Amino acid sequence: MSEIAAAHDDHHDYHPSGLWRWVTTTNHKDIGTLYLWLAMIMFFIGGAMALVIRTELFSPGLQFVDPQFFNSMTTLHALVMIFGVVMPAFTGLANWQIPLMVGATDMALPRLNNWSFWILPFAFAMLLSTMFMDGGGPAGGWTLYPPLTLQTGNALPFVIFSIHFMGMSSIMGAINIIATIVNMRAPGMHMMKMPLFVWTWLITAFLLIAVMPVLAGGVTMLLTDKFFGTSFFNAAGGGDPVMFQHIFWFFGHPEVYILILPSFGVVSSILPTFSRKPLFGYSSMVYATASIAFLSFVVWAHHMFTVGMPLAGELFFMFATMLIAVPTGVKVFNWVATMWRGSMTFETPMLFAIGFIIMFTIGGLSGLMLAIVPADFQYHDSYFVVAHFHYVLVPGSIFAIMAAVYYWLPKWTGNHYPERLGKWHFWLSTIFVNLTFFPMHFVGLAGMPRRIPDYALQFADYNMLASIGAFGFGFAQLLFLYIVVVTIRGGEKATDQVWEGAEGLEWTLPSPPPYHSFTTPPVVR
Amino acid sequence: MPERIRRLLPNLKSVLNLRRLAAGAILLPFASAALAGWDTLNMPVGVTEVSRIVYDLHMLIFWICVVIGIVVFGAMFYSILMHRKSRGVTAATFHESTTVEVIWTVIPFIILVAMAVPATATLIKMEDSGQSEMTIKITGYQWLWRYDYLDHDFGFYSFLSTSRDSIRDRAEKSEHYLLEVDRPLVIPTNTKIRLLITANDVIHAWWVPDLALKRDAIPGFINELWTQIDDPGVYRGQCAELCGRDHGFMPIEVHAVPPDEYRAWVEEQTAGAAE
Repeated sequence: MSEIAAAHDDHHDYHPSGLWRWVTTTNHKDIGTLYLWLAMIMFFIGGAMALVIRTELFSPGLQFVDPQFFNSMTTLHALVMIFGVVMPAFTGLANWQIPLMVGATDMALPRLNNWSFWILPFAFAMLLSTMFMDGGGPAGGWTLYPPLTLQTGNALPFVIFSIHFMGMSSIMGAINIIATIVNMRAPGMHMMKMPLFVWTWLITAFLLIAVMPVLAGGVTMLLTDKFFGTSFFNAAGGGDPVMFQHIFWFFGHPEVYILILPSFGVVSSILPTFSRKPLFGYSSMVYATASIAFLSFVVWAHHMFTVGMPLAGELFFMFATMLIAVPTGVKVFNWVATMWRGSMTFETPMLFAIGFIIMFTIGGLSGLMLAIVPADFQYHDSYFVVAHFHYVLVPGSIFAIMAAVYYWLPKWTGNHYPERLGKWHFWLSTIFVNLTFFPMHFVGLAGMPRRIPDYALQFADYNMLASIGAFGFGFAQLLFLYIVVVTIRGGEKATDQVWEGAEGLEWTLPSPPPYHSFTTPPVVR
Repeated sequence: MPERIRRLLPNLKSVLNLRRLAAGAILLPFASAALAGWDTLNMPVGVTEVSRIVYDLHMLIFWICVVIGIVVFGAMFYSILMHRKSRGVTAATFHESTTVEVIWTVIPFIILVAMAVPATATLIKMEDSGQSEMTIKITGYQWLWRYDYLDHDFGFYSFLSTSRDSIRDRAEKSEHYLLEVDRPLVIPTNTKIRLLITANDVIHAWWVPDLALKRDAIPGFINELWTQIDDPGVYRGQCAELCGRDHGFMPIEVHAVPPDEYRAWVEEQTAGAAE
């Protein structure tokens, strides 16, 4: 028995170096780092695609790209940013932080962890390679609506397989996170004592397991419609193109909460630290997160108000969607109450967290407007929708991810990032992100449809502003890359606690923490 | 490349007319419909009873959102200004209050109910296409529309009339660039018209903002809409559902004319068809 234990220990001490270390690693920190770097690389690829779009939209007329290529840019930009940036970045944060926050040695299923990461680079290589195939990349929108998507050339099966891979990776990651949170908590770490980041990820993981198979099923039906003669979505064969939209959005709406719930957790960790005051309404935050997750399963058809649903259906989905404003409101109010009468300082993570709350709320309010069906008939598929979801995803999810990186980077690397540059990064990002997306509300209301490569003259001024903003935002992110690289290489040494007001298990470990986080479980009072 | 830059210059000039822009951005919450530029910032009021109700509903919800925003952000900015460590504030320690949680669950709920009531009434009105006086079938194709006047047995295709050259910046862009067609949809004013919408290949969507009408055109299925236009005029719209390469190039142009003018136009059309 003792021999086996000894052999086991030896195995743990084996650290290959160089590339092989990263390929074979089963360590939660290494895998977290891999996820985060993948997200960083994909962020610049997806961002470059956005800049192609904004370049073509700089002024009326077609100047730079063919409309078909334009459509494949909008499609790939969305797929890359959703599946390649926000989801892997959150999984990377979960890998790094969850074992540290619940007092575990590592994730519960380390080999699965390795596999769930290493599927992704291949999935994205396959997805991006479709741009060079006969017939071009997928150009039917990331929502892949048939019959249009079935007109895709050789790219279609590759896109579908890459979505299958991304789904498998997400499900495995989610299983691992649930197993870790349920089984690996330190003694005394009851469920209702877990940091909110852990809670939001637990709920997110259940959403992932529930809906990724639905997406896989939907895209597989596209595959069989295209290549095996089925007619799931072909009216001529007795199918129904709208059924795909129901399947897709049954996945798609929980998916948007998958993209935002971990942000709620990040912000709920950062605000108390820099307000030097405990999070207000911890248990109501947990219940609000769970309610949002539950409601996300019964609102999907608000993405399809114009397909011609019966009146009763439209009313149901309108009321259910409006209801989501209640738990979301509770969260925002709790955050403000956390800041209220605190003793605040405004380091970069705090700035990004506050920026998140303000701009996410703007996106949330436009979301409430979109829920009102009669008005949605005007908003639907216009730039108003583009403005709405970019407000919740860019200064929403992406800002939360950046806040998290600034917040935990000193813990991860042992070095403080350059504070002044971090603040520059925040202010440049905030100014340009608003310059990009705020004018889109106006052109959308005035009648500009989304996903068009060219537009009528009355939309020219605001589109030009949006393009200028997009370039500013894009180039400001190079500063982020620079800050991360210099912080990894060196900088002012961070203490264990890093931030004056920081509380939680991760701050009891040295900065950087040991390779195997908590080899003896800490005891939580 | 220099050519491209030169072509952009006239537009640059228009955007550099910063006064107009700044006025638009700053005055947005305060502006009235009388101010120039307003109509490119907001939803059109439109020319039907329904479009006016939709506009009012939109503005009602917009103002409610503005008030909520002012309250929430006001509290937050007050806190950011006053409760900072640099002012020597020590943090309070409170961290829960069931009373407060109940209050800010119930009040938003009441506000939502207040929004849902007019929204429901409007929706019920919009979905009632009964007692219509005539029917037009609209069919979406890649990338044009077809209009069939079912009561008079004729129909026609409607193509974009903007020239390739002006899209490619080789010719001047006209006033209604990308929003003009060779044969517009002609309909009578003051008449309740039922529109049946379908498609022949992929999904399209028929959208005319001034009529507050948008509905998907789905192959194999027929959707129903109705409108009744009060003012004669030309109303323009576009396809609103991504439908392939030329999705941005299949506009909609509706000419609303007085009923007797409409009857004369129909006679002309049917006479032409009989020949």
